[in-house]
Amino acid sequence: MSALAVDNIGIGFGGLTALDGVSFRVGNGEIFAVIGPNGAGKTTLFNIVSGLYAPSKGRVQLGVDDVTGLEPHRLAQRGLSRTFQNLQIFFRMTAAENVMVGRHLHESRGILAQLLALPSVWRQNRATRAKADELLAFVGLSAFADRPAGELPYGALKKLEIARALATEPRLLLLDEPAAGCNPVETQEVDAVIQKIAATGVSVVLVEHDMKLVMKISNRIHVLNQGRTLAEGSAAEVRSNPAVIEAYLGRRKGEADAQG
Amino acid sequence: MMAALLQSRYGIVLLIAAGIVLIPLVTPSTFYLRVAILVYIFSIAVVGLNLLMGFAGQVSLGHAGFFGIGAYAVAVGPTHFGIPSWASLLIGVALAGLIAYVVGRPILKLRGHYLAVATLGMGILIAMVFTNEARFTGGPDGMPVPRLVLFDWVVRGVTTWYWVSGVSLVIAAAIAVNLIASPTGRALRAIHDSETASHVLGIDVARYKLVVFVISAVYAAVAGAYLALFDALVTPVTAGFLRSIEFVTMAVLGGLGSILGSVVGAAVLVVLPQMLTVFHDYEHIALGAIMIVFMIFLPAGIVPSLGRLFGRKFS
Repeated sequence: MSALAVDNIGIGFGGLTALDGVSFRVGNGEIFAVIGPNGAGKTTLFNIVSGLYAPSKGRVQLGVDDVTGLEPHRLAQRGLSRTFQNLQIFFRMTAAENVMVGRHLHESRGILAQLLALPSVWRQNRATRAKADELLAFVGLSAFADRPAGELPYGALKKLEIARALATEPRLLLLDEPAAGCNPVETQEVDAVIQKIAATGVSVVLVEHDMKLVMKISNRIHVLNQGRTLAEGSAAEVRSNPAVIEAYLGRRKGEADAQG
Repeated sequence: MMAALLQSRYGIVLLIAAGIVLIPLVTPSTFYLRVAILVYIFSIAVVGLNLLMGFAGQVSLGHAGFFGIGAYAVAVGPTHFGIPSWASLLIGVALAGLIAYVVGRPILKLRGHYLAVATLGMGILIAMVFTNEARFTGGPDGMPVPRLVLFDWVVRGVTTWYWVSGVSLVIAAAIAVNLIASPTGRALRAIHDSETASHVLGIDVARYKLVVFVISAVYAAVAGAYLALFDALVTPVTAGFLRSIEFVTMAVLGGLGSILGSVVGAAVLVVLPQMLTVFHDYEHIALGAIMIVFMIFLPAGIVPSLGRLFGRKFS
């Protein structure tokens, strides 16, 4: 059984076909990368899998369940979480509070107990905070815990999104360009964090333009071009695929182009 | 230490309580106590509105409607149906919550300006009902409100109402503080900053918007009932559009997302017009000018802006 199965997905926006007939499977604990030139449909694919868009055709399956068109919070209950290319940080909350929000599904949420601040709510708040601290340490952000997220540097925000997504305890994690805009040191840190996550058995699907990172950590790579599947395989297979080279890597020679 | 106290969770509540206790000691005049009562009653409504606007980031230009439902409940219940005032108050508050729930479901799907206009329409509709159902409400002239009687205790007189409204405000503020520090409070603040991210993290965004809308309606209805009982009179102005705007202004002026700011905002907008009566014909111009100056120099609202100035965060 695969963690995620995408079957023949298609979606169009006002006559423009953004995705057409895309299928792939992601195994448990696998790091699976989706690459392609800008406008290939990578983020659209993520938005469909995470429930933000409903596909006009095809099926999305999490484990054994058909989850096509389910609302995002229902998908979160089923173990899917994601980060965003254009950061969706809660800027007015502290870094720790951002991660605490990710614990939402694991907290009991009786409204009356919360309004009265019963001891159980205090206890739970402390437990949630402890878990948040643990996750901040995991991504190396302990020093920022009590700082407003709006004050954090860009690279830290990228990692904060990962910590927040992990707080939901996902079985499948979608990372939308986790290293975009990061300097080489930060990229290396993100790389290490992703590998640590996969090592815990969480499946990771990754959209990323940093080819060095993708080639290094991905078990398999799926190449999109203009909304269609171009190729799929290991890093070596994809790198040597003529269609991929022509559509993507070959245009301006390798990695320089990939940054674009 | 004062600073440490203000940083703690209930620091703001204690500060408000201390103010309520101290004011009668320094101002023996019933006139000032009367003004303070109005401040406390309005503060309750504004604290509720601030939960909706300041924390969850959803606007309402119709909260005077809920305020009016509370006010008319304690007038109509005892007068026409023989229901005791305290029970009428509870019924009014429940009714306001119910209406918020029913109306909130469809309109909270709207965002920003569209939500503002929808809530505006809701508030005007409620006020129209109070104006038109003259058989029950006395129409545009309003109707008298019988005294609140709790067991054998008749709640009357400025001193009594001072403590009733003051203690109620402290409780209302404490409940608001509790909510903010809970999973629900975090969910609401998260929705304010990014609905998309909240949704993806498992928060049922529609449900939480509805929850806070109902809670804020309940706050407004309690305040409305208090005002009617204190004034012993209720008119459609209570539920009118200008009252809704007044609530929003109080919340924004005091500081969105600040419980203490809600009280300060209410205090400024209740006290200032009283002080400006010396300007006679220019009273409204002076009030408007002062508010503009406040917003220019304290753009985040009085309490958050001053807090930032002194390097401290008052929630």
